[in-house]
Amino acid sequence: MLEKLQAKLGDKVLETHSHVGDDTALVAPAVWHEACLFLRDDSALDFDLFVDLCAVDYPQHTDGRFEVVLHLYSTTKRHRIRLKTRVGDEEGEHADLDSVVDVWSGANWFERETFDMMGVIFRGHPDLRRILMYPEFQGHPLRKDYPAQLTQPLVAYRTEEDAGMILDKIAPFGGDEGMAFGRKWFDPPGASPGTGNKGGGAS
Amino acid sequence: MTATTTKVLEGSEQGFATTKLDSLLGWARKYSLFNYPFVTACCGMEFMAVSSPRYDFARFGAEAPRFSPRQSDLLWVVGTISQRQAPILRRIYEQMMEPRWVMAFGTCASCGGFYDNYTTVPGLDKIIPCDVYVPGCPPRPEAVFDGLLLIQDKIASGVRKVSVVKPRQDPATDLVQINTPKKRTKP
Repeated sequence: MLEKLQAKLGDKVLETHSHVGDDTALVAPAVWHEACLFLRDDSALDFDLFVDLCAVDYPQHTDGRFEVVLHLYSTTKRHRIRLKTRVGDEEGEHADLDSVVDVWSGANWFERETFDMMGVIFRGHPDLRRILMYPEFQGHPLRKDYPAQLTQPLVAYRTEEDAGMILDKIAPFGGDEGMAFGRKWFDPPGASPGTGNKGGGAS
Repeated sequence: MTATTTKVLEGSEQGFATTKLDSLLGWARKYSLFNYPFVTACCGMEFMAVSSPRYDFARFGAEAPRFSPRQSDLLWVVGTISQRQAPILRRIYEQMMEPRWVMAFGTCASCGGFYDNYTTVPGLDKIIPCDVYVPGCPPRPEAVFDGLLLIQDKIASGVRKVSVVKPRQDPATDLVQINTPKKRTKP
């Protein structure tokens, strides 16, 4: 499979591996649409089922911050492939990629989700709107630089003046919001909350 | 559990009865609650158990679901409230007629639960007033009944103090504690 893809696209296939039987190819974003069409239309490959499309944020990558991952399955040949590409610079700008909705129409909502969560813009998508978050939402929440504590309420929270009462949480919802395994409880001294830095770890 | 029957009618064995209007109204209201179930998440399964014949909250007079907030007395907020749903919940509450009561069913509705992130309202009391909180993930039907009886007590007595169903047992005591260097003592 990967050999056929490499024979078709040449050096536009940047990396391949078949670790534990998962055929994976990393292609250049310029040939993303072409690769998808080839995978669908080649009679020996025949990837007729779109499975999943998502993106992963790697802020440390210099050759494209967002890795867009596409999973495909062939119901006739019963094989799978994973296709990846990298888009966007370190600031998350210019994360443009060709839409594959015209190849598999099932990709529509997945591309919308990827746009919503990561801010990858799919060129040629028929209706690229947010799908999970509301239109008023600013930014893209699954980016690594989205602040973990930042919420954007649509309804202003009640204040104690409005309510005419003290709005402190009552037991058992105080402190860690009733959850013994909450974030605050796990952060040892020296950890900065929300950054994933757990401090010194277990000693 | 507190007593849920207060004596409303005095002297009825002599063939006439005296009471206060508020007591009579409270007595009538507490056994004819019309529910508005605002069911958004997995606690809905437990709500179905509570409302179906095995546990059957119709026994407490809270039988009729009204899918119009204008006709309902008790708003059951069952499940996680996302930021996107917050305006809807607020609007439904505003459409309800006075007197109205709100029950937070489950940990997510009460405080957001473990959804400590950008999507979730950390408790419905951030948006609307709440009368009774029922903790649990999800709460047992018995805990829900405790909450319903608390609501009935509040209706009968006219007290609008916020109250919580007391958990029978703190689930945190059963957790296997991992990654807690603060609390670990060397043998």
